[in-house]
Amino acid sequence: MSTAGAPIIRAEGVAQRFGANTIFRDVSFTVAQKEVFVILGGSGCGKSTLMRQLIGLLEPTAGHIEVLGHDMSRERRLVLPRIGVMFQSGALFGSMSLLENVMLPLEIFTNLPPPARAVVARTKLGLVGLADAADLPPAEVSGGMIKRAAIARALALDPPLLFLDEPAAGLDPITSAGLDKLILELRAALGVTFIVVTHELSSIMAIADRCIMLDRDAHGLIAEGVPQQLKAESKNPIVHAFFHREVL
Amino acid sequence: MVDVTERPGHGEARRASLKRIDRGESVALVFTGRLDADGVARLWTQTLKAAAGARGRPLLYDLSAVSFCDTAGAALLVAAENTHGEPARLTGEAEGLDLLLERVRQALPPPRPGARASARRPAFHPLSLGLAAAAGGIAFLGETVVAGLLVPRRLRMLRPEDLFAVADQAGVRAMPLILLLGFLIGLILAFQSAVPMQAFGAVIYVANLVSISLFRELGPLLAAVILSGRTASAFAAEIGTMKVNEEIDALSTMGIDPVTMLVLPRMIAAVLVMPMLTIGLEIAGLAGMTVVMEIFGFPLAAIVRQVQGAARIGDFTGGLFKAVCFAAVVAAIGCNRGLTTGQGPRAVGVSTTAAVVGGIVATIALDGIFALIFYRLNL
Repeated sequence: MSTAGAPIIRAEGVAQRFGANTIFRDVSFTVAQKEVFVILGGSGCGKSTLMRQLIGLLEPTAGHIEVLGHDMSRERRLVLPRIGVMFQSGALFGSMSLLENVMLPLEIFTNLPPPARAVVARTKLGLVGLADAADLPPAEVSGGMIKRAAIARALALDPPLLFLDEPAAGLDPITSAGLDKLILELRAALGVTFIVVTHELSSIMAIADRCIMLDRDAHGLIAEGVPQQLKAESKNPIVHAFFHREVL
Repeated sequence: MVDVTERPGHGEARRASLKRIDRGESVALVFTGRLDADGVARLWTQTLKAAAGARGRPLLYDLSAVSFCDTAGAALLVAAENTHGEPARLTGEAEGLDLLLERVRQALPPPRPGARASARRPAFHPLSLGLAAAAGGIAFLGETVVAGLLVPRRLRMLRPEDLFAVADQAGVRAMPLILLLGFLIGLILAFQSAVPMQAFGAVIYVANLVSISLFRELGPLLAAVILSGRTASAFAAEIGTMKVNEEIDALSTMGIDPVTMLVLPRMIAAVLVMPMLTIGLEIAGLAGMTVVMEIFGFPLAAIVRQVQGAARIGDFTGGLFKAVCFAAVVAAIGCNRGLTTGQGPRAVGVSTTAAVVGGIVATIALDGIFALIFYRLNL
């Protein structure tokens, strides 16, 4: 996959502290358009915290984040309608069917007539392979289907940028591989840029064009690059251990 | 989106528009501008109408002047094809669009003949729902009775610390509210009665009216209503959350009877604290009445004597007996609603509401039955 094109995300010297506890500091990276960019690292290293900063739910204690050409600290409102987010739990609304969940952003942010909203929402569910489950409530579908439906909802407004928080968490290997395939298909079909937070090694190797690795003890970035290269060439013992599933 | 994003040379043609060209043997739909959600909103009805009008003849899409198309735009094109009945043929330059269109065609197949797209909602049949609730209530009653009978064999499952915690929550912590409400009810009832009775010189009989009302009816009834709103709702929410979190299933798989461990302590605690709450409410009510009577010039000794003469011990004990029955029913309804909580985040809220409503309705219905029984027994 080519990573050519203007950066869609630019993070410079980003830090996050909670009281005296520094989660990470001086994190800088860029993400190109149509890239599948993975934020990885062990538990507690701040992957999800960094994603919350990127989607504007958390203000960095230092540094600067630019998404789609807008400064997230000042122009967050301009960015939010143009990004889609899939949270770790899926965060589907339990009182609505999958179709209604996908229709909700269309109802609020577009002037589409109701039949058009339903057709567009069914299209999104069809894209993630859930056309037949559209009328089911989230409580009646599997974990993998919930994640797919959450991706469909995140795609509702055709955002150019999609954030996925731990998409493979809690899924069996086959469902997880199916989700990886879906991410690559959606990137190919719709040209979406994906930011994926995960520590699932098989997913990282399958989908990532580039990645950054955070480390809890280093309080920041310890590696950046193409995962296959990092696996083969990195001299950092933590990076090596991560990619080769070794005990430090 | 896709590779057709903002094609050069089409920057000005941002507003979506549609032109229908009848070519005799075929119909061409010429789209221009941005086919995004806004453009689709503008063109939806017009496009489907044009596609329906072209039935029986080949449909052509000219997308060469489309500057941008996302999945909403592609959904419009595919919906128009489905309305027309045949796939449309693309004419003109449409780089990248054919791929997107093919994806959306796969995602949005034509509707099957006779298929109806409708959200699956459970049908609302009040009678069957009522019967199911009654059957569930009877089954729960049976389970509770059996659990109660088996307590000697399951004594370890009945944890005293749970019982004391519930008694503290439902009784001691409810007392300030009970005292405040009782005082205000006594005050208001006495004042509202005293004003008209003053015209007949019968203000002293306000003591009879208020004390008998409190002992026989208002004390147990209001305490039960507070128990429903404050405690039964908490029971339903606690047990309902445990149900949603599969904690009830965990208890069952460990061989621990959920009714013995969760329901019985709550029912016992509610039954134990209810007389205390009722007496508290009645005393506070009498205090409120005393304040009004003193304002009307009656000394405390006269008020006490009047109350002693008016109310019989049977009024007081009968009220307490009713209160204990109300407490058992209200607590049972709260626990039952918790155990029958469904799935999803709304379920706990639904159970809590049902516990409060069910508790209040059951209390009033039971009070009516007690009124009949007490009348027949001349109590």
